[in-house]
Amino acid sequence: MANVQFDLVSPERRLASVEATEVQIPGADGDMTAMADHAPTITTLRPGVLKVLHAGGTDEYVVSGGFAEITATSVSVLAEQALPRGEMTQEVFNEMLSEAKAAHVSAQEVFKNEPGPVDDAAKLLADMVAIGGHIGLTANE
Amino acid sequence: MPSLKDLKNRIASVKSTRKITKAMQMVAAAKLRRAQEAAEASRPYTERFNAVMSGLASGSAGSASAPRLLSGTGSDQVHLLVVMTAERGLCGGFNGNISKLARAHAQKLMAAGKTVKIMTVGKKGRDVLKRDLGEHFVGHVDLTAVKRVSYANAQSIAKDVLGKFDAGDFDVATIFFARFENVVSQHPTALQVIPAKFEEVEGAEASLYDYEPSEDAILADLLPRGVATQIFAALLENAASEQGARMSAMDNATRNAGEMIDQLTIEFNRSRQAVITNELIEIISGAEAL
Repeated sequence: MANVQFDLVSPERRLASVEATEVQIPGADGDMTAMADHAPTITTLRPGVLKVLHAGGTDEYVVSGGFAEITATSVSVLAEQALPRGEMTQEVFNEMLSEAKAAHVSAQEVFKNEPGPVDDAAKLLADMVAIGGHIGLTANE
Repeated sequence: MPSLKDLKNRIASVKSTRKITKAMQMVAAAKLRRAQEAAEASRPYTERFNAVMSGLASGSAGSASAPRLLSGTGSDQVHLLVVMTAERGLCGGFNGNISKLARAHAQKLMAAGKTVKIMTVGKKGRDVLKRDLGEHFVGHVDLTAVKRVSYANAQSIAKDVLGKFDAGDFDVATIFFARFENVVSQHPTALQVIPAKFEEVEGAEASLYDYEPSEDAILADLLPRGVATQIFAALLENAASEQGARMSAMDNATRNAGEMIDQLTIEFNRSRQAVITNELIEIISGAEAL
């Protein structure tokens, strides 16, 4: 089976560059799996878990937004913030969560009459909490 | 004519200065390597990002619904200059050159009747510009405590800038930083970030892609990130340039100190010899007189 070239980069470093058979992407409109000969697509990401299947096994990364560029032969994920799942500790998670909460609160204050940004922030927060559920970390209130 | 003791003190003082500049040079060299690595590590992200953005931007730049970050506010009356300099001095003309470019730009805009607002990043630039442009300052970002610039720093600066833009405080934003060429040359650069400008890519592939959610939604999501990405890239370039400039400045200082020590040592030896000769003359003429 044909492989795709998978690259995961964040502004600070290149996290991964491997030949993958399958990449599961947490797209903004829903999860999608990219394999070889996928139609060229650009999608934004929601905070979630990115799963890469390759010859050597499966890698998982926690990403906090950004976008992915999918072509027939490659998948490039440009994540705002990305961590290998192993480095995602309760501490880091709490920090990300409290950031999302703060953003939600400030959105509620700033945009009193516009539901759009508040909903966005609420969705971000919900996505963050969902990540915790995925990887077995608790979102302590 | 300085006395022997004076000369000796001066030599000792120049020697310790040389030690300090030498140490600073070596520290700068080590930091430069790290800064360059950081700049290199960010490059894949920036390149991909710009490639995707220019594709997207060229698709929607003409349309009336284009986001304001791309199309601008329709006026260019109020300019925000974000001047990025170092937190420390002793790095040659680094801070001065950036400030000079920013000041020239500000004066040109003011002569054209525009309003100028200045935001400074790094305290050296603020100190330099305070005297004649102090009343235009609208904000300052202090990175003194930051050892290594991270994306979070760039994000918070970008958030500040975008907040001002959304509030209608300015129409055009330009960032000033020094682009790193190599250790001996860093070019002060002005880069317009709002409205965003992307280099046209030959045969833009925008139409080839499917967009999810929609082209406009992605563009609206990515443009603010683009500002952060550009600021981050500028911060990294600046960090590398600062260390490069410091390294060559300290290299020069070390060399000058060495030359000075050589000169002072020659002078010291001469005057010591003169003193000895004088003493001998006194002894001999004293003995002859007897």
